[in-house]
Amino acid sequence: MFSKAYSAVIHGIDGLIVSVEADVSDGLPLFDMVGLLNSEVREARERVRIALKNSGYMLPAKRITVNLSPADIRKEGTAFDLPVAVAILTAFGHILEDNLKDTLIIGELSLNGNIKKVNGVLPLVYAAKQQGFLRCIVPKDNANEGAVVSGIKVYGVGSIKEAVELLNDIESYEPNTVDIGKLFEGSANDEDVDFSEVVGQAALKRAIEIAVSGMHNILMIGPPGSGKTMLAKRIPTIMPELLFEESMEISKIYSIAGLLDNRALITGRPFRSPHHSITCTALVGGGTIPKPGEISLAHLGVLFLDELPEFNKNTIEVLRQPLEEKAVTIARLNATYRYPAGFMLVASMNPCSCGYFPDRNRCGCSVNMVKRYLGKISKPLLDRFDICIEALQIDYQELQSREKEETSADIRKRVYNARKIQMERYAGQGIWFNCQLSPKNIIKYCRLDSKEKNLLEQAFVKMNLSARAYHRILKVARTIADLDMSEKITAKHISEAICYRSIDGKYWGDWR
Amino acid sequence: MNKDNRQELYKLWIGSIPIKAYKIKAIIEYFGSPEDAYYASDHAMEEMMRTLNNEGIRFTKRNLDAVLLRKDLGMVKKNMEYIQKQSIKYLTMLDESYPGKLRNIYDPPFLLYYKGVPLPDDKRVISIVGARECSVYGRETAKYLAGALANEGIVIISGLARGIDSYAHIGALAAEGVTYGIMGCGIDICYPVENINLYMDMQANGGIISEYGPGVNPLAYHFPMRNRIISALSDGIVVIEAKEKSGSLITVDLGLEQGKNIYAVPGRITDKLSAGCNNLIKMGAKPVTSPQDILEDFPGYDSIMQKVSSQPDQIKLTGLLSSEEQAVYDIIDLSPKHIEELICLTGFEMGKLMEYLLSLELKDLIYQPVKNRYTRNVKLFT
Repeated sequence: MFSKAYSAVIHGIDGLIVSVEADVSDGLPLFDMVGLLNSEVREARERVRIALKNSGYMLPAKRITVNLSPADIRKEGTAFDLPVAVAILTAFGHILEDNLKDTLIIGELSLNGNIKKVNGVLPLVYAAKQQGFLRCIVPKDNANEGAVVSGIKVYGVGSIKEAVELLNDIESYEPNTVDIGKLFEGSANDEDVDFSEVVGQAALKRAIEIAVSGMHNILMIGPPGSGKTMLAKRIPTIMPELLFEESMEISKIYSIAGLLDNRALITGRPFRSPHHSITCTALVGGGTIPKPGEISLAHLGVLFLDELPEFNKNTIEVLRQPLEEKAVTIARLNATYRYPAGFMLVASMNPCSCGYFPDRNRCGCSVNMVKRYLGKISKPLLDRFDICIEALQIDYQELQSREKEETSADIRKRVYNARKIQMERYAGQGIWFNCQLSPKNIIKYCRLDSKEKNLLEQAFVKMNLSARAYHRILKVARTIADLDMSEKITAKHISEAICYRSIDGKYWGDWR
Repeated sequence: MNKDNRQELYKLWIGSIPIKAYKIKAIIEYFGSPEDAYYASDHAMEEMMRTLNNEGIRFTKRNLDAVLLRKDLGMVKKNMEYIQKQSIKYLTMLDESYPGKLRNIYDPPFLLYYKGVPLPDDKRVISIVGARECSVYGRETAKYLAGALANEGIVIISGLARGIDSYAHIGALAAEGVTYGIMGCGIDICYPVENINLYMDMQANGGIISEYGPGVNPLAYHFPMRNRIISALSDGIVVIEAKEKSGSLITVDLGLEQGKNIYAVPGRITDKLSAGCNNLIKMGAKPVTSPQDILEDFPGYDSIMQKVSSQPDQIKLTGLLSSEEQAVYDIIDLSPKHIEELICLTGFEMGKLMEYLLSLELKDLIYQPVKNRYTRNVKLFT
């Protein structure tokens, strides 16, 4: 008696279909599982045997062999318990074999026969839909998460008994559904922070608005208590709301990382702010069983590195490649995984180790000490910040002022418009934002008139700028012009972009 | 080797003995010349020690050991060759050209090394000293005052340290004036290293002066010692920024002992960096708000006083700036202002403000000492 059920395994952020074959034959009573299994999958044998017994199914004394194929891919995770149980029950004739053909089954078993939730349901269901499966059986707790995928029926089950009943009479059950529109509606209200809570800091806010509009990486420098962290936390509130496809992509990553927490989808922009003691692996992802790191969890959102110089130097250097590629590739002996990492990097730091430079009443750091502090960040990394701005300490009067500050919603509108312009301009070119412009594209899209060209040239000579800085200024100027709804880049836009250019040592305590 | 050169060798030998100048002079007086002192037997040396002690000059056994230890003409020759190769020159108290001002202080150096042009005797000398970790205000004031004074033919001396010292030299050089750096380390060592350009440039019209021979490291106790040379060589001492307890105040104390004019640049009462200067003013130092305040104290310079503008920034800008640019420029002063403050003060929107700021920056009227903070560029000689 042979039977075959289908399940899937996570590979990177995608699901790979795995067929679960069970064979029951005469011979010494034995329950064996093969197919390059990790130890947690091998342990499924005990869980399945006892869960079946406790669900009222007695296994006859036969020789049972289960094979998970393709046999050359390592199987990991606990999602194979249920498909193995179903395959065995089918082999013994408890379930009609016809119904297994187009069904993907995922679930972990408890010894009493209950089905527990697993990680990565969303990408697995998504993969099933892509492969043409008609329905998925998932743990009840993961049902909402799976139901988000349209074009495939998703059924949540709570125990083996339920699963058997469902499979034998599939037509009379209704699949789980999720109202996606409602999910997104709710998301707008649950942001409890707003830009208007930050008093003053007009320059800093403006720089952040520009950075968000063009997805430019931004570095904020300022004394403690100048509101850098507070503003960074509010950046997601001015980013455009997530589109369904974007939400799907983020949710897939969160699903694999097990961070979905009963939510069907991630509907808000991610904001990740790892502590500076973070390791390389935790930041970019990896481990013997690769998991997405913070940079992937911040995909389409914000990765905030507070106190940048305090991070381990090697740790932040690994960001360089993902920042360019917008993805991270992790190679392991048996597979290569690629996780998306299209995040906006926001970093903050103090100007010196005491934090108050250039306020000489409070800072006693020598010029060399200040330079050494900045030197903790490598030049190549600094080069990846398109925008760099110094924050000013807010004084008491300003905190008291009752002036009305702009709300996140107002700023978001402008950001949305600027992004729309970019989307239209770059449609079909594989780039979405100004920050992604290559030098060739810069010539094409950041054309300057002779007057503006002249201005930039003067500044270039005067400020001793590098070619790299030149390109960055043009990219940022393009974004500022987009925010201004201006087709042409004018002197005003260039001037402002020059003001945000990255620090280059020369402007840091070198007072010559 | 002719006779003169031999004499020089013995002078260099006796000058490089690390004992007080008056003791060296006493040895020379006792023996008649450095050469005779060199060839005196150990017995004669001991005899000399006894005689000097009887005369009331405290000449210890350790002093004698120091003299005997250096008696190595081969070594002295080597030093002489090195000095000549490095174009280092020196003066001893036996030379006529040894600066008179220095000769008369308590504990003058017997031997003075220098590079560059000899210190002119007929010119007024003003020293400008102050904090190493200075503010932009101190920096600009130093450059301005040094430039204005140097422009009138006054020699600017300072210690070639970081901060105010460097900016005083820079200001004087910018005005194509004469400036000397008095070092607290060997004459051939540039300390701090980042001042190497200054170190080289100053030698064209001015020079470097040190009482320490080649290869002597910059040790902490050398610096108060070199301050006595700075104060002695100068006719007036200007303190630009000094904290309440500052090394610059040592120079001032020495200067007071030597009867020099003391000038202090006042600062805001809340600035820690100006506390020392303000205290000096309280105690009677002359507050300096313009170069005239210094020039008027020296006969011969008061007539050309009028040429120097009384304010650092009184250049006529009419026609050069638009009214908005002028408005922005008027707000910016010598204490760096952040764009945030400028937005509040001018009321311009960010983009426009940046446009004016960049335009002013390109016209060399303002600059950013620290990113996103703007300060005036003090211009004098346009």
